[in-house]
Amino acid sequence: MNIHEHQAKDLLRRYGVAVPDGQACFTVDEAVAAAERLGFPCVVKAQIHAGGRGKAGGVKLVRDAAAARAAAAELLGKALVTHRPGRRAGWCAGSWSSRGCAIAREMYLGMVVDRASGRVTVMASTEGGVEIEEVAAKTPEKILRETIDPAVGFAAYQGRRLAFGLGLAKEQVGPAVGFMTALARCFVESDCSLAEINPLVVLQSQKLLALDAKIGFDDNALFRHPDLRELRDPSEEDPRETEAAKYDLSYIALEGNIGCMVNGAGLAMATMDTVKAAGGMPANFLDVGGGADAKKVAAAFRILLSDPAVKAIFINIFGGILRCDVLAEGVVQAAREVGLEVPLVVRMEGTNVEQGKKILADSKLDIITASDMLDGARKAVAAAAR
Amino acid sequence: MSVLVGRATRVLTQGITGATGQLHTRLCREYGTQMVAGVTPGRGGTDFEGIPIFDTVAAAVRATAANASVIYVPPAGAADAIMEAADAALPLVVCITEGVPVLDMVRVKRVLEGSSTRLIGPNCPGVITPGECKIGIMPGYIHKPGRVAVVSRSGTLTYEAVHQLTLLGIGQSTCIGIGGDPIIGTGFVDALRLFQDDAGTDAVILIGEIGGTAEEEAAAFIAEHMTKPVVAFVAGQTAPKGKRMGHAGAIIAGGKGTAAEKMEAFRRAGVTLAPSPAELGATMQAVLKGKR
Repeated sequence: MNIHEHQAKDLLRRYGVAVPDGQACFTVDEAVAAAERLGFPCVVKAQIHAGGRGKAGGVKLVRDAAAARAAAAELLGKALVTHRPGRRAGWCAGSWSSRGCAIAREMYLGMVVDRASGRVTVMASTEGGVEIEEVAAKTPEKILRETIDPAVGFAAYQGRRLAFGLGLAKEQVGPAVGFMTALARCFVESDCSLAEINPLVVLQSQKLLALDAKIGFDDNALFRHPDLRELRDPSEEDPRETEAAKYDLSYIALEGNIGCMVNGAGLAMATMDTVKAAGGMPANFLDVGGGADAKKVAAAFRILLSDPAVKAIFINIFGGILRCDVLAEGVVQAAREVGLEVPLVVRMEGTNVEQGKKILADSKLDIITASDMLDGARKAVAAAAR
Repeated sequence: MSVLVGRATRVLTQGITGATGQLHTRLCREYGTQMVAGVTPGRGGTDFEGIPIFDTVAAAVRATAANASVIYVPPAGAADAIMEAADAALPLVVCITEGVPVLDMVRVKRVLEGSSTRLIGPNCPGVITPGECKIGIMPGYIHKPGRVAVVSRSGTLTYEAVHQLTLLGIGQSTCIGIGGDPIIGTGFVDALRLFQDDAGTDAVILIGEIGGTAEEEAAAFIAEHMTKPVVAFVAGQTAPKGKRMGHAGAIIAGGKGTAAEKMEAFRRAGVTLAPSPAELGATMQAVLKGKR
């Protein structure tokens, strides 16, 4: 789960990470009042989850109240299309005003869970304020790394190594170590999956400050952070994805026209690949999971049918824990409830497959059966083209 | 011959009184696995269908000489359950639980360093040596004893591959679901090393997916150390960037971890790629015929 910049800064402040003074605003008047309180020049920033806000015109430096009013009026409630591929445009729900800072240097500081080492990795770079992926691709030597031993936590010497590596002056090293240690503590205690300070700035006053902040949490750990779960912004999510999450289904909307319903994430991806190999394009990723019951299957089916782009549905189930008869009942129930307007192709294999096939046949629904995954994908592609 | 599990494996179930733990303990026993003990704190001294239940893993091991554990404990307690099993020095721990927090796994990995315990999972279907021992949630009947090994990050996609092999008359030596999470115990390379050294395995099917670099590492290992043929498929060719495809580990982040990159790595390592997941079995059949 990702959160907004202003939420991330609130969280960081609680851990003692230095962030600029600022305020989340949800109306133009609020923004103007906040800017006047903070003093000019100040920055009005759109609050959306997507990266690349600056380039999309979502960050405005204002020098007086009139400019603050104009900037807030433009940003609040506006759809911002950023250059990041694959991300939806977001709506500006609020703005974050902060005092203009006299910046001496911009740097990058990030923390992620590194899969290869199985540990949290701290990354720092002198190349702040730009796309860190680009730095990583073009000049990987400019990214300094430290791996945190979970038994010890982030050690001071690691902070010093990064600080000196960044070329910080010796009087800045102590504060930098404190900054990094606080961020690392926030990361671990809040079960973050990503924490990015880009840019981390050194002010002319020698102070370090998190000018921007991006934080994501491990969805699997949210159960132990009820306070963080409150920060979810459903307007940043596809409504069908939100609906699916309610039923504990994993759904991701895609561009194609063949609705897919599969059990298991790997088989779901493989089914999408097979649809593509058969000349079609999947409309979604949908994993109903291993422990699905008829109710959950029916919910999944309704979500598929609610997508107007869907011209055919392909159900591919390898029954293990999820039994084929349970699946078939769910499908029949949902099809009766919402009506089946598009062709339905079903491929079933595994536990109780014969009972499942019988339930589908007895339902008198217009169902195209498939003998295997590729056969099903071909039939779905052909049906969608009709 | 086989790897990890066989007729001598004596399994204890952690979380035996939950619905999932009960169901799969029963199904594994029906398959022929020696299910010798269960652990549920506070339920020690009772039994599940004749299988004695203990309060702690240590007590269960002492009383039953169990040498493997399977974990169905809910996510909040799963990491603790793994560490308890490792503390009892069980050589093999299979964690089926889905949804374990990743930082819990960071701590588990640290605890397992230098320990003699091998962890499979979490978020995996388990391990099976067909006809001998099944630990986990895979449907037993689709398997057939034989000489092709299967290793995969996905559960149902593994069943798909196994089913295709069995329909073609090709049996399996051992099938390992390593799990779909970003941090797991046993990885592809560990599994491939076991299969390479196993006299009962002639060839390997490897099923990867998007996200991380485990497939690239597997490809490097295959190029350098494997003499047995490997057939591979990487799921998620149609997956968009930045979206987690069900599995916590299946995400293309920062433009890295795409299916195309991984398949190219396998191609360069001399691995035979299945053109589609529906053709995993047929591709293996062709490879085995070519070898003869």
